[in-house]
Amino acid sequence: MSNEGRQTGRGFAGSLQRYLPGIVLSPTILAAVVFIYGFIMWTAWISLTESGLLPRYKLAGFLQYVKLFQNDRWWVASRNLAIFGTLFIFFCVVFGLILAILLDQRIRVEGALRTIYLYPMALSFIVTGTAWRWMLNPGLGLERLVREMGFTSFTFDWLVNSKMSIYTIVIAGVWQSTGFVMALFLAGLRGIDDSIIKAAQVDGASLPKVYWRIIIPSMRPVFFSAVIIMSHIAIKSFDLVMVLTRGGPGYSSDLPATFMYTFAFTRNRLAFGAASAIIMFMAVMSIIVPYLYSELRMKRNG
Amino acid sequence: MALAMVVFMSVPGAMAGEVEVLHWWTSGGEAKSVAVLKDLLEKEGHTWKDFAVAGGGGDTAMTVLRSRAVAGNPPTAAQVKGPQIQQWGDEGVLADLGRVARAEKWDDIIPGVVAQVMKYKGQYVAVPVNVHRINWMWVNPAVFKKAGATIPKTWAELEEAAKKIQAAGMVPIAFGGQDWQEATVFESIVIGLGGADFYRKALMKADPAALNSPTMVKAFERFKSLKQYTDKNAPGRDWNLATAMVIKGEAGMQFMGDWAKGEFTAAGKKPGVDYLALPMPDTDKYFLFNVDSFIFFKQRSVPAGQAAEAMARLILQPKFQEVFNINKGSIPVRLGMPKKNFDAPAQMSMDDFVATAASGGLVPSMAHEMAVYPEVRGAIFDVVTNFYNSDMSAADAAKRLASEVAAAK
Amino acid sequence: MAEKSLAVVTRTPGVVAGRIFIYTLLGIAAVYFLLPFLVMVMTSVKTMEDIRMGTLISLPREINFDAWGEAWSSACIGVNCQGIRGYFFNSVKMVIPAVLISTAFGAINGYVFSKWRFKGSELIFSLLLIGCFIPFQVILLPMALTLGALGIAQSINGLILVHVVYGLAFTTLFFRNFYVSIPDDLVRAARIDGAGFFRIFWRIILPVSAPIIVVTVIWQTTQIWNDFLFGVVFSGGDSQPVTVALNNLVNTSTGVKKYNVDMAAAIIAASPTLLVYILAGKYFLRGLTAGSIKG
Repeated sequence: MSNEGRQTGRGFAGSLQRYLPGIVLSPTILAAVVFIYGFIMWTAWISLTESGLLPRYKLAGFLQYVKLFQNDRWWVASRNLAIFGTLFIFFCVVFGLILAILLDQRIRVEGALRTIYLYPMALSFIVTGTAWRWMLNPGLGLERLVREMGFTSFTFDWLVNSKMSIYTIVIAGVWQSTGFVMALFLAGLRGIDDSIIKAAQVDGASLPKVYWRIIIPSMRPVFFSAVIIMSHIAIKSFDLVMVLTRGGPGYSSDLPATFMYTFAFTRNRLAFGAASAIIMFMAVMSIIVPYLYSELRMKRNG
Repeated sequence: MALAMVVFMSVPGAMAGEVEVLHWWTSGGEAKSVAVLKDLLEKEGHTWKDFAVAGGGGDTAMTVLRSRAVAGNPPTAAQVKGPQIQQWGDEGVLADLGRVARAEKWDDIIPGVVAQVMKYKGQYVAVPVNVHRINWMWVNPAVFKKAGATIPKTWAELEEAAKKIQAAGMVPIAFGGQDWQEATVFESIVIGLGGADFYRKALMKADPAALNSPTMVKAFERFKSLKQYTDKNAPGRDWNLATAMVIKGEAGMQFMGDWAKGEFTAAGKKPGVDYLALPMPDTDKYFLFNVDSFIFFKQRSVPAGQAAEAMARLILQPKFQEVFNINKGSIPVRLGMPKKNFDAPAQMSMDDFVATAASGGLVPSMAHEMAVYPEVRGAIFDVVTNFYNSDMSAADAAKRLASEVAAAK
Repeated sequence: MAEKSLAVVTRTPGVVAGRIFIYTLLGIAAVYFLLPFLVMVMTSVKTMEDIRMGTLISLPREINFDAWGEAWSSACIGVNCQGIRGYFFNSVKMVIPAVLISTAFGAINGYVFSKWRFKGSELIFSLLLIGCFIPFQVILLPMALTLGALGIAQSINGLILVHVVYGLAFTTLFFRNFYVSIPDDLVRAARIDGAGFFRIFWRIILPVSAPIIVVTVIWQTTQIWNDFLFGVVFSGGDSQPVTVALNNLVNTSTGVKKYNVDMAAAIIAASPTLLVYILAGKYFLRGLTAGSIKG
């Protein structure tokens, strides 16, 4: 669908027209070059130095990377990101889809419910974090509430359990982002051409079957958008951990983003933190780039 | 960083300037304390631009300070304490406060062990504000009475009392499982068990042999043994919620610095009646201190420099020292202050401060950033918190302590 | 939007049971989503006495709005005891320009990436998208260096620049995906008639952009209003946004905490974005439906 070479103008005005798109993009390109790729290069450079409190530019080799790979906490944080990222994206997409399908069944109070599901997106974790911490704490929140209702053997102590703490981050994260995914899917459902579905129903397919066989597969682009946006949120999750568990108990719920911040900024190990950021960025790229590439290519062919 | 600045020139006559102060004292009582300094400064004609950033005991503030230093736009003064002052000194951005220090005779009114922390290459670059004592034990005597337990002075007595309180169906030790709270209790155990010299070797000099020593293994064991006397909901709990457990009589005692007093006061409790403040068992001969201080950055203009000097001078004057510390629950860093306006725990603290300074029991707190560089402190935190929250053995913990500290240096 | 649904409307017992099932599920989900906010509201109307002596998530014994007034105009944040009011307006001053500028750039970029593709434009778009994935902690110091060099460190202008730059990828993505669904023939016909780049944008593209503008504005407003990290690092003493004030209130380390004031302040700080979602939520969904997600 390219419009290249369709320019018909002549002279100055014509060539201006031809270069206008590029000119219009140039501030954005400049911003990306400096503020994204330039800063990544800067960070890569710092990771090869011995910077502590403030940046120092004298190179010192791969020492920080060696130290990073020997650091137990780093591996905990990396594993946590894998667990958190997978579960977070999975549950957001599944719950978001289910809620969207349910809401699409001529629900009376749809507007109100939609707002209720969507509002967490409007709130920062600085705002809701404390309430979440209370609710998840067994002695203050849900566990105590349910036990006071008479179910004395009810246990929900993930927040204070080193082995389970990362899953509480998932719960709160899913709470915050499911509504947005639901909105994406609901929009997708509303945009589907009715006639295909009617035809299928005439052919005798049941409603669940219609959803499973026809509607859900047709929303592939929505899945794509949802996964991209959710993975971007997962990778950047920072407030969530800082407010909910501060990486604890111990450092069992640390994520690379909080790891990097802790070492670079509160422990005066700037170069070490930079090294962790570079590794994290490379790991993310190795997953995202192939996905982006395959999806975008498929779209062009399809 | 090109910070070409006029360094506190001696110009006769006062010129009105502005100070921008980065600090993390944001809660009601703390803010009121800082406001006293603001008022004093404004009385001298200077203006105060407040730059408060709370969070993580100053972690966030340090991030901000760093980026401002990198941008070449540091504030006038910032709340930075302990060995970090040396690191800022190394960056060459700090102002020399020698002129004020000499005029005000700081060397005579600040204890040597504190003054040492405030100096970079022999010159004052920072001003101490207050002294907190870390190794306190906060006791609800009603709980002890109900359980028939006696208030402990030694570790053995502590265990005995804890068992009785537990048997009576209450929580013996109110605890908050955040890394700095864990480290606060841990360092008190280390000094109680190993003494001041061992503490200095291990947690100040970070000597590998001391870190991986039988004494350290024993300290780890003691630390872990406390866990059975805490409730299972402790992880992540804020310190003040732990204090609330003591106030409400749900728990018998808490180990926490003297700022816990503020919570008792806010709840209308009387020292000596509703609650007792005592040194943590085995540590009555020691005073783990945490001194808050301000570092001063080089200033671009003469008025700004003068305002900064005025601020530095006012901090150590008796008037501010008294009002500030009564508000904040800490004690004056200036020696020889009258005690009559302070409450009983503070008076005891002031006596102990002087006594331990003479006996060698006055040592800087590792948990509160007074003893080692942040990178080493962080490594210690990681091992301590991971040990406390996992099945790691005490021997492994000591071994890892030595190796992680070495890697962080 | 035409009423469209696949639900079967005949009322057999099976259908009724199905409806009950659906409403139950939706209801449970609603409770899950509402709970944290309820806890906040309840705490904000308790007295400190009530909080200290009760449990943190129990119902208030009596309802008291003192904490709200205190949070707005008299709570101490640092040495200034004027509540979060001033910070609230700092946020407003920062959010409005940042949202407008990033949306404007997003629209024009999206227009180029969808209707004026040139050699390499897809690559540029991909590289821009990838930019979304750097964790913001990484860019704090180089950004501070840059802002310092530009002379806008610790100012609202600096903050606006930061938010515009890191919002560009998303705003561009939104607009591009929306514009892709506008038929190319429209643009082609206009070109044959001799209309230029900007004329087509103004006359053809912009008039149909309302739905996606709503989506982008809502998204950006939420992101920028809620941002804490940039706000705390790149603001000065007199330009701190409301999230920083809120943090200062909530995250005090060694002082006495007033949970009711904290929660009231949190709700006040969240109210603009909350309102945006409640009032404009409908348009948000419409905007999404109108094609922004068809990628």
